[in-house]
Amino acid sequence: MNILIIGCGRVGSGLALRYAAEGHTVNVIDELEETSENLGLGFKGRFLKGVGLDIEILKRAGIEDCDICLVATDGDNTNLVVAQIAREQFKVPCVVVRVFDPNRADFYAGRGFDVICPVKLTVEAMHEAICEGDLEVS
Amino acid sequence: MRLFVLIVGGGKIGTNLARSMIGDGYEVALVESERHKYEDLDREFGYAAIFGDGTETRVLEKAGITRSDYVIAVTGDDEDNIIISQLARDKYAVHNVIARVNDPRNQSTFDMLGIKPTVSNVSTIHSLVEHHLPHHHLLSLLDFEEENVEMVELAIAEGSKVVGRKIKELQFPPGLLLVLIFREHEVVVPSGDIELRADDNLIIIREKGSESPLSALME
Repeated sequence: MNILIIGCGRVGSGLALRYAAEGHTVNVIDELEETSENLGLGFKGRFLKGVGLDIEILKRAGIEDCDICLVATDGDNTNLVVAQIAREQFKVPCVVVRVFDPNRADFYAGRGFDVICPVKLTVEAMHEAICEGDLEVS
Repeated sequence: MRLFVLIVGGGKIGTNLARSMIGDGYEVALVESERHKYEDLDREFGYAAIFGDGTETRVLEKAGITRSDYVIAVTGDDEDNIIISQLARDKYAVHNVIARVNDPRNQSTFDMLGIKPTVSNVSTIHSLVEHHLPHHHLLSLLDFEEENVEMVELAIAEGSKVVGRKIKELQFPPGLLLVLIFREHEVVVPSGDIELRADDNLIIIREKGSESPLSALME
């Protein structure tokens, strides 16, 4: 598969390393050059410095024939706009976007986007982690 | 009833816009996310200044988006302006949304997502410069893309063959409609007996693609 990842922080680099190790073609974009260090020396994919709103850099990173686009910069709005460019303009078949704010996450999920909201996931997970018994008043 | 204008982004554009809209009697709310800027705005605008991230629905609701007549997204970030516009239009059903384009390279993304009208300082200055060059007397004011019609402003040059002629004597080609004349500080509603003068600015509605009849008319 041809995979494009926008944002090379913990999440973006983690995904990039995993898909590259599985043998997929991976391109990663981040506006900060130093985030490429998150990928380590053995990374088999390609890192490009630039912003995700830049159509030219997206094209250079192969968005026109990519199968999967994963968007995980640290800006919710940047992520949402890049996801829309990928889906609407370049018709990428699978677009997954990270959005921290639960309200915006719900709104764009309602418009058919595949949205991952870490805040909601964490709330769920921590809520699950508390055993029923811990809540009882002693 | 006073119209309510919600402005997101308290930079130079947002602040000055708020000032002039308030001066014209509009009700205004101005949202700013940086604390130090907000404090200045709070001193000047009082309760009309709202602190918070204007891309958060909670902040927009607090600012009164559900009852706003206009939402104007003029932050310095194009992605924020896009999201604000989409939330306003599609989540809160605001009919009038105006967005600022900071980087003209992002214009195509605004267009692709159907966010309009947009305003860009760079494009405006660019067209003003063109406007003042000879042979570029035409300025596009408003583009009705779907209807394939646009509103343009045409400056009548000194020595143009239409100077001194009455409107009824001019042969306006089909697809052109003269709507208004800006003359010095006056607005003149066109009628057949009005004579055109040099430096008149004509506001014209036209079908797109009818450029040549217009320039032929004004030579």
